[in-house]
Amino acid sequence: MYQWDFSFLWSYRWLFFQGLGVTVGFTVAIVVLGLVAGLVSALANLSRFGLPRWLALSYIEVFRCTPVLVQLVWFYYALPVLSGIEISAVSASILALSLYGGSFYSEIIRGGIVSIDPGQNEAAAALGMTPGQAMRRIILPQALKRMVPALMNQSIIQFKNTSLVSVLAVPDLLYQGQVAAHDSYRPLEVYSAVAVAYFVLLFPLTAIVRQGEKKLATSD
Amino acid sequence: MDPQAKIEITALRKQFGSLVVLKDINLTVAPGSVVALIGPSGSGKSTLLRCINLLVTPEGGRVRVGKDVFSFDADTKLPGVRQLAQFRANTGMVFQHFNLFPHMTALGNVMEAPVTVRRKPKAEARQHALALLAKVGLADKVNEYPSRLSGGQKQRVAIARALAMEPEVMLFDEATSALDPELVGEVLAVMQQLAAEGMTMVIVTHEIAFAREVADRLIFMRDGVVVEEGPARQVIDSPREAATQAFLSHFHRAGAPAATPPA
Ligand SMILES: Nc1ncnc2c1ncn2[C@@H]1O[C@H](COP(=O)(O)OP(=O)(O)O)[C@@H](O)[C@H]1O
Ligand SMILES: [Mg+2]
Repeated sequence: MYQWDFSFLWSYRWLFFQGLGVTVGFTVAIVVLGLVAGLVSALANLSRFGLPRWLALSYIEVFRCTPVLVQLVWFYYALPVLSGIEISAVSASILALSLYGGSFYSEIIRGGIVSIDPGQNEAAAALGMTPGQAMRRIILPQALKRMVPALMNQSIIQFKNTSLVSVLAVPDLLYQGQVAAHDSYRPLEVYSAVAVAYFVLLFPLTAIVRQGEKKLATSD
Repeated sequence: MDPQAKIEITALRKQFGSLVVLKDINLTVAPGSVVALIGPSGSGKSTLLRCINLLVTPEGGRVRVGKDVFSFDADTKLPGVRQLAQFRANTGMVFQHFNLFPHMTALGNVMEAPVTVRRKPKAEARQHALALLAKVGLADKVNEYPSRLSGGQKQRVAIARALAMEPEVMLFDEATSALDPELVGEVLAVMQQLAAEGMTMVIVTHEIAFAREVADRLIFMRDGVVVEEGPARQVIDSPREAATQAFLSHFHRAGAPAATPPA
């Protein structure tokens, strides 16, 4: 029978906190940048012109149809060869994970925008608003409300995807866990603690999403 | 053709794909007059109205409202997004299904375009919006969201919203068709008041009695052409064309509501 012993973990606490800080920092960065990429490509996808539509569609499909781990490795090892620019593991990770998330955010945002009654756009246009003004003042505020649960869900996936950066030796929570596990020879306790840490952070978030979905279902 | 007219439509053509919806429409509306547009469903009334404020782009002809003119011929360049927006800012439109902005209060709906489009200071826009909402009888509803208003109240907010841009003309597309019968009167009353104040209006309506009462001229359309046009009373009481007679008789048979637009 295996003898569980969590007490030694205390001596690694700073390592874990550092890892946690990197994980949370990465999440904030790739959620924000992912939303920007998603919004820009969603608007391009809805453009009247062919070229922006084609660019947006290519971006979305390339990133949705390749595994995120492959993208991560490609940005770190292949992109520098192609472009001749050295890229740090952190930059490669942020780039890959933001663009990956952005391709999913993009479809959520586009879906939210097209779900708004065309009469709203007509009313705005009839009042003399430009398409940009109508989008900003009339369509997006209504669409965003509908998108929030789906965007939150995707952001939770973004959070979990940060664990992949450990393959590029970025010192996130999982990477620091690996360090602690090798050092202590007790992977069972270390990786269990790592899993619990992710869970404790994410569980309240999913509860908020579920609450929001309920509220939305009753509001319209 | 007629420089005195407020609205001047010349040789207007519109098609959706291969479906020709408007064939060579000519129309002038004198300042301060009311033109009623009637005709069977699918005859192109809404499309004509939407061509007047260029919500849809015609394939040919010329559209003038006030001083703004656009021509739509094969060799002329289509107006740009900003030009179109400026043009539409001078025409008010009221829709069958209101199309109020659900995320804004009644006051917010009315203030929105003056602030966003005309860059009016908020305080000034607010004063004007409050006055307009009072004018349409909704002084006590200014802070309500559209979801809490009745159909008649929504449509009156929509009229105030259009008036807030101080348009040169007002276009009404079946403004009362989506309303419960008991709410029609309050909207027609506001429209009649506007007409009495000298607003230039084009109204698409199935309220024949109201058209007879309020409109100066009446246009009967069918299959994308103007079949008959003349003084409203004359066309309604003694239509010349067989098609107009048939359409109007259908109304009498169906027992259209009596002419009771409240004062
Ligand atoms: N956006 C559109 N695309 C394709 N066909 C349309 C569109 N809008 C209107 N039509 C067609 O044009 C014709 C006239 O429509 P409409 O102007 O709405 O008539 P009315 O308002 O008199 O009922 C109809 O046959 C309708 O199906
Ligand atoms: Mg219609």
